[in-house]
Amino acid sequence: MSNNSNYSGMKQLLGGLWHENPGLVQLLGLCPLLAVTTSFVNGLGLGLATMLVLAASNLLISLTRRFIYAEIRVPLYVIIIASLVTCAELIVKAWFPDLDRSLGIFIPLIVTNCAIVARAEIFASRNPPLPALLDGIAMGAGFALLLCAIGAFRELVGQGSVFANLNLITGGNSSAGLQFFDGGFLLMLLPPGAFFSLALAIALKNWIDQKRARAAHQPVDANIEQR
Amino acid sequence: MTERASSKAVQATLVLTVIAALCTGIVAITRDATHERIAANQQAFLERSLSPALAGTTFDNHLLQSALLIQPSSELPGDGSAIVYRAWLKDTPVAALFVVTAPDGYSGPIRILIGITASGEVTAVRILEHRETPGLGDGIEANRSDWIHQFAGHSLLSPPVNKWAIQRDGGDFEQLTGASVTPRAVVKAIRETLQYFNAHHDEIFSTPPRTEESAE
Repeated sequence: MSNNSNYSGMKQLLGGLWHENPGLVQLLGLCPLLAVTTSFVNGLGLGLATMLVLAASNLLISLTRRFIYAEIRVPLYVIIIASLVTCAELIVKAWFPDLDRSLGIFIPLIVTNCAIVARAEIFASRNPPLPALLDGIAMGAGFALLLCAIGAFRELVGQGSVFANLNLITGGNSSAGLQFFDGGFLLMLLPPGAFFSLALAIALKNWIDQKRARAAHQPVDANIEQR
Repeated sequence: MTERASSKAVQATLVLTVIAALCTGIVAITRDATHERIAANQQAFLERSLSPALAGTTFDNHLLQSALLIQPSSELPGDGSAIVYRAWLKDTPVAALFVVTAPDGYSGPIRILIGITASGEVTAVRILEHRETPGLGDGIEANRSDWIHQFAGHSLLSPPVNKWAIQRDGGDFEQLTGASVTPRAVVKAIRETLQYFNAHHDEIFSTPPRTEESAE
């Protein structure tokens, strides 16, 4: 997949979003994924911040890959990723102070998201800057989309609303979002709800994949049945 | 052989140093570009969070400059430390805003802002920070339920001190459905703060003596 000769941007993007989705398939970065997805806006905020850091770290590591000896690569990844996360934290604090208060410790904790160091090791350190940047964006987008989906699902089931408090990111007055019903199933907002939601998301993805695989073989099956 | 190994070590050290310096530079530039905004945001947030506790009062001093750090005292809730912001109108004390910590929340300490008029009446109470259970204990937040509003206008005279408790404990204040630990902790912290305020009223408004007027 990381072979330079058959590199294709579209394939990379699809890989990050679906086939190799860091959350659904590689099961990386689950700690933030489970912890912050109590609402759509939290998921979106942390997803975007992670994507930014992942893209920048992939780019930096790819640019410096010629100088990275095997023996010192881990400390180098740590330095680069930690610096970038610090920058991301400062930027969020400066321009999205409310989002910062909502996400709290999980912005600095992006540094522990193993999806980032995994992409650095597997992809960025072995590929030219452009594919590495694209890989960071694709993987980051896949992670962010999953965070948004799980956040929206937990918010809907747990609180009966979706997109509440979008003003944390867009600014302006506080918004109630779309309120479908009052109350809700509280368990979804608590940690067990996070595990249930992730399990459902993984099951859904596998179900869709299986269905598509079966559909691809459909003509053969149909013939057999007709006989 | 050893020479090659040591030259490789030197190279590796060099690479580490250069990249570490580069990364430090990136962080330094970002900090430089953001620290003013961050400081302004924090000031604005503090002012914004203090303002509801001053509803209905007029004062003429700069609130954030009036902060008074109270040394740990066993009369106050939690570890006994508190920050007090004081409001005056033409040198007459108007109100004091206490930021105290209730230590006995259901899951950890609860930071509470309590506004008290000079005569000892609660103006308003707000929760600044907590980790109570969503859907149960978090009803103490002003934007989740009306619970926190019931304290406005009360003092240690109405209701009397022994009625400053939740109804389940024989007091006058409502609890929250499904949560009594959280409201109990908050009510206790407010009562203790009021008692401290009554006992130290003059001290709070005299130390340190007002200097802003002369500075202006």
